Amino acid sequence: MVRRLLALFLVLSLGTGAFAQEGFTPSDPDRSATGGAQTLEDIMARQEQMRVDDSFRSDLTGDPDAAAPTTDQLGTRGGASDPDLWRGLRYDTADVTTQARGPAATTLIQDGGMRWVAFREGPVAVYGGYLLLATIALLALFYVIRGRIRIDGAKTGRTITRFQAVERFGHWLLAGSFILLGITGLISLFGRKAIAAFQSADNPENYERAREVYATLALGSKWIHNNVSWAFMIALVLIFVMWVWHNLPDRTDIKWLAQGGGIFTKHHPPAKKFNAGQKLIFWSVIVLGGSISASGLSLLFPFELPMFAVTFDKINALGIPGWFGFSPLDTALAPHEEMQYAQLWHAIVSFVLMAIIIAHIYIGSVGMEGAYDAMGSGEVEEQWAREHHSIWAEEVLAEKNAPPSAQATPAE
Amino acid sequence: MKAMLLAFVAMGLVAVGADLALDQIGFSSSDRGSSGDVRLDDG
Ligand code: HEM
Repeated sequence: MVRRLLALFLVLSLGTGAFAQEGFTPSDPDRSATGGAQTLEDIMARQEQMRVDDSFRSDLTGDPDAAAPTTDQLGTRGGASDPDLWRGLRYDTADVTTQARGPAATTLIQDGGMRWVAFREGPVAVYGGYLLLATIALLALFYVIRGRIRIDGAKTGRTITRFQAVERFGHWLLAGSFILLGITGLISLFGRKAIAAFQSADNPENYERAREVYATLALGSKWIHNNVSWAFMIALVLIFVMWVWHNLPDRTDIKWLAQGGGIFTKHHPPAKKFNAGQKLIFWSVIVLGGSISASGLSLLFPFELPMFAVTFDKINALGIPGWFGFSPLDTALAPHEEMQYAQLWHAIVSFVLMAIIIAHIYIGSVGMEGAYDAMGSGEVEEQWAREHHSIWAEEVLAEKNAPPSAQATPAE
Repeated sequence: MKAMLLAFVAMGLVAVGADLALDQIGFSSSDRGSSGDVRLDDG
């Protein structure tokens, strides 16, 4: 289920790039007037963003089997003319040797670059930025309307242990690294736009200075982003192992959700250690955080871990693009196009998780009286626990207040 | 509070460790992106 949802999300959010070229030109247009080369129709169709069947060019890269023996005149061409060779370069099928190393060094031409840049600087940055601002604005509005969620009943002055030190360690490793990654990621995406604000004809030195400062900032951000990612991944595993048991969905979640968590009614629906809202946070962190980690690794080790062509292939096999009336996703991706998709996916999913986490930070600090202590000292006010996690509180208190004889395991 | 500070310290250690380790096993970008012949700085 989760995988299907993810696949759907992938189709929807990446659709713009993969489907930018809608429709095909007629399958076999008459190219006799150009001797089989491109026609004006081909060029016009491409300008209208239609997908042109290029096989009449891309397949025409010579025929080594038909090569004249090397002893003959022209024999060393290997059965390919100059135009054949250029077409091979254009479609990345030529046998290229380069001095630069690296898996993608021999791909000299690929198609995705400009589309990727436009999508990254355009919709990703714009809607991503608005998403974060809108989340903050909504939380501010919520604060104005609802105010801080207070502990309703009288405080007891007694506390119960909510999280052990190792759990709090895991949480703060996750939180510290995620916040650093979020900030440095945003610097990488928006930094160049931000320094452009310093550009002015009257004061060119200001701009120069801004560029100098940004160069250092960008370099530092990159170092932090690349290396702190490991702490995030370790923490993700720790948190998963420690908390997955308490986050399996059950019947209390349905009731909790049906009552909207009691956020506006001041009536507290019963909850175990984690309520349904928290379980949603947990699974968002695991699934989206996992996906961000996977695409991040793919970016960190360029060209080593391509994952989009295989994913698109699976999505096509399930027939998902067809549900939305799209043609199948392109699975013949150049190594660079794999990287472009990895970057877009990484950024889009990160924006979604950042928005979720901003809300989480709000409710875990200013938004709710008594919540922060759970991650601060690990000890929460008994009344807080009774109100927000009644079932869990009853269990813990029953255990705590039980006579010593009942606590010991009876000998059989 | 102590768990939080400890976590932040651990985060720093992991980051520095990752940087050194990746360099050691040949994953620096100069190692990945160019052949030894064109690198002037490491003799
Ligand atoms: C300054 C930032 C943060 C604060 C103040 C904060 C606070 C808290 C608190 C108080 C809890 C315990 C709630 C309870 O007792 O029921 C908690 C739980 C949790 N935190 Fe955070 N947190 C922060 C950042 C993060 C980040 C960045 C992540 C992940 C990327 C994260 C992931 C989680 C998860 C998965 C849980 C368990 C589920 C839940 O309670 O929602 N936290 N946090």
